[in-house]
Amino acid sequence: MATIPANEGFDAHDHAHDHDHDHKPAFFARWFMSTNHKDIGTLYLIFAIFAGIIGGAVSGMMRAELAQPGIQYLGYFAQLLGTANPSFDEQLHLWNVLITAHGLIMVFFMVMPAIIGGFGNWFVPIMIGAPDMAFPRMNNVSFWLTFVGFMSLMISAFMPGGTGQGAGTGWTVYAPLSTSGSVGPAVDFAIFSLHLSGAGSILGAINFITTILNMRAPGMTLHKMPLFVWSVLVTAFLLLLALPVLAAAITMLLTDRNFGTTFFDPAGGGDPVLYQHLFWFFGHPEVYIMILPGFGIISQIISTFSKKPVFGYLGMAYAMVAIGVVGFIVWAHHMYTTGLDVNTKMYFTAATMVIAVPTGIKIFSWIATMWGGSLEFKSPMIWALGFIFLFTVGGVTGVVLANGGVDDNLHDTYYVVAHFHYVLSLGAVTSLFAGFFYWFPKMSGRMHSEFLSHLQFVVFFIGVNLIFFPMHFLGVQGMPRRYPDYAVAYTYWNEIASLGYVIMAGSMVIFFINIAYAFLAGKKAEANYWGEGATTLEWTLSSPPPFHQFETLPVIDDAAHAH
Amino acid sequence: MATTVVPNSAKNRKVGMLAAGGALAMLGLGYASVPLYQLFCQVTGYGGTTQRADATTAAGVKIAGKSVTVRFDANVARDMPWEFKAMQVKQEVRIGQRQMARYQARNLSGQAVTGTAIFNVSPEQAGKYFNKIQCFCFTEQTLQPGQEIPMPVIYYVDPAILDDPAAKDIAEITLSYTFNETLESAAARAGKPVS
Repeated sequence: MATIPANEGFDAHDHAHDHDHDHKPAFFARWFMSTNHKDIGTLYLIFAIFAGIIGGAVSGMMRAELAQPGIQYLGYFAQLLGTANPSFDEQLHLWNVLITAHGLIMVFFMVMPAIIGGFGNWFVPIMIGAPDMAFPRMNNVSFWLTFVGFMSLMISAFMPGGTGQGAGTGWTVYAPLSTSGSVGPAVDFAIFSLHLSGAGSILGAINFITTILNMRAPGMTLHKMPLFVWSVLVTAFLLLLALPVLAAAITMLLTDRNFGTTFFDPAGGGDPVLYQHLFWFFGHPEVYIMILPGFGIISQIISTFSKKPVFGYLGMAYAMVAIGVVGFIVWAHHMYTTGLDVNTKMYFTAATMVIAVPTGIKIFSWIATMWGGSLEFKSPMIWALGFIFLFTVGGVTGVVLANGGVDDNLHDTYYVVAHFHYVLSLGAVTSLFAGFFYWFPKMSGRMHSEFLSHLQFVVFFIGVNLIFFPMHFLGVQGMPRRYPDYAVAYTYWNEIASLGYVIMAGSMVIFFINIAYAFLAGKKAEANYWGEGATTLEWTLSSPPPFHQFETLPVIDDAAHAH
Repeated sequence: MATTVVPNSAKNRKVGMLAAGGALAMLGLGYASVPLYQLFCQVTGYGGTTQRADATTAAGVKIAGKSVTVRFDANVARDMPWEFKAMQVKQEVRIGQRQMARYQARNLSGQAVTGTAIFNVSPEQAGKYFNKIQCFCFTEQTLQPGQEIPMPVIYYVDPAILDDPAAKDIAEITLSYTFNETLESAAARAGKPVS
């Protein structure tokens, strides 16, 4: 990896001789017509935080309802959302709307905008020594498409959706529930929301690929790029190849719903299972889209706070490539119960388990990076360590679920819910917080409170484990997902999970207090506030970086700065 | 990299267009998967898709000693005013032997109704070996008001089933039909043009 001594300095003020290089546009032009990768990254992060609050509130509604068997709060929630005197069916429909909204918001409007749009936009150009993204205006289009997509999803919650108000199809939008099963415009709005955010993400992917391939500073070869840049490059290729397939599938849904086509309707010669194949051909790469940039962030952080280059750099980079490639040929492990024959199940079981190998290389290399390193347990490092633990737990249950025979039993139980929340809610979100505390002072120019960040980690860690670990037990005992009610025997662990939610929510309060503290009373951040371990290019810039950086491109010269 | 590239340069546009081309190709692949999937189901019997054979092929099939039970299931789509039933619950048939089963359909409405029957067999592993020589499901069926007609199906179970480790132990195969009204027929009855 290329290492640049922190004190070498590319401060913009060195170049500001004749005119003011750091001139920023006025408020409206700066934030609504932005073509600056850092401002767009900031917009993405703010957007993701707001979407996360909504998505998190939705899960709070679900945990409240699930705290006890029976239906307690759904009627009340339905009234809040504008259904006067909701019938029992309308209350149950609201449950479907909640799980749909939670899934879609967290996947498309929280994790992806934050980790790719936010951190990717902010740090990919800086880390490769580029002045901006390859297509700055298209970057702006990507953000606002995502924003409008989110609005479309919010609108769908207030439209008739068949049984009740809103789109109650699950985030997978399976036909025929999403076609003949949901009359009314709610599902159309939800599908349109996916179209918009998908288009935004495809444009973003084109932008990242072009930026990374074309705009690296002199000497920044592909094999010297920081691992976060590698992770975004692989992610961008996954987005580019997977999202159009989703777009095709949901467009077919839309025409099946409105224009009399029968792609997924057996009455006209279609097949609903085809939708599942198309969805998961997108859906499985999608889960790697959410986690790979997190891998990249964790690599930067572990290296920084071990004061060592990442162990096995090339292996780490190509492990991500391998995960990306194999991720495209395992989709039917989401469909073991659709009647695949034994040989097909065997193939998908084996192919799925193969992914554990490159993933294991990554976990091993993170640990080997720390081995013998000069460790410093600053807040990003604590979050990164939490990530490694939680992601590994989720990975292990993933290997269990990969077995076609075992999955027959566990399919659509809370065991699956526990698994994917360990890798996403705890894995991807923990990497988001790790990245946030790693780069927040760089982005804002203000130091957060290390104490509050540590405290938030401890509370968050206890909270999320209380929510999701008991779900393994519930799943093995046979509690099915996607129902608002359950047998009384499942009460104990559900109570604990709901208690865990309250603790987790408390950790979010600490998070927002910490941000407020940083802006109100935080110390000014230096250029390289993490010290000698932080060697990538962003640490050569001031905090926050100048509005336009690298007007003289940095030269990455390995001979001079051999590590 | 010796040269530097600025945003929106021609070099960037070239790579950007290539990437966009890749996205468009995947969109096309999404749509191409529809006919490909249909072909795949027909060839492999995936999802219990049955096979179609002509009479000459069927005449050359050797009859094996083993028998299976074939059960018959009949369904009508919710909005279709037909009565549709199997005239026998099950048949004992020797593997390879041609056999005829009878269904019967009656139009309960005062208008002509056209429908097509979709079909599959369960267990799904048997789909590849379940051959139909003649079936009312091969074409659209139109019933005049109140009309009742018999609907025969001639089938045999391919002896190759005995060589398939995943299917050779199947003792019972269920053949299921569901009648759906065609969009044209439903529109004509409702007095609306086809959308």
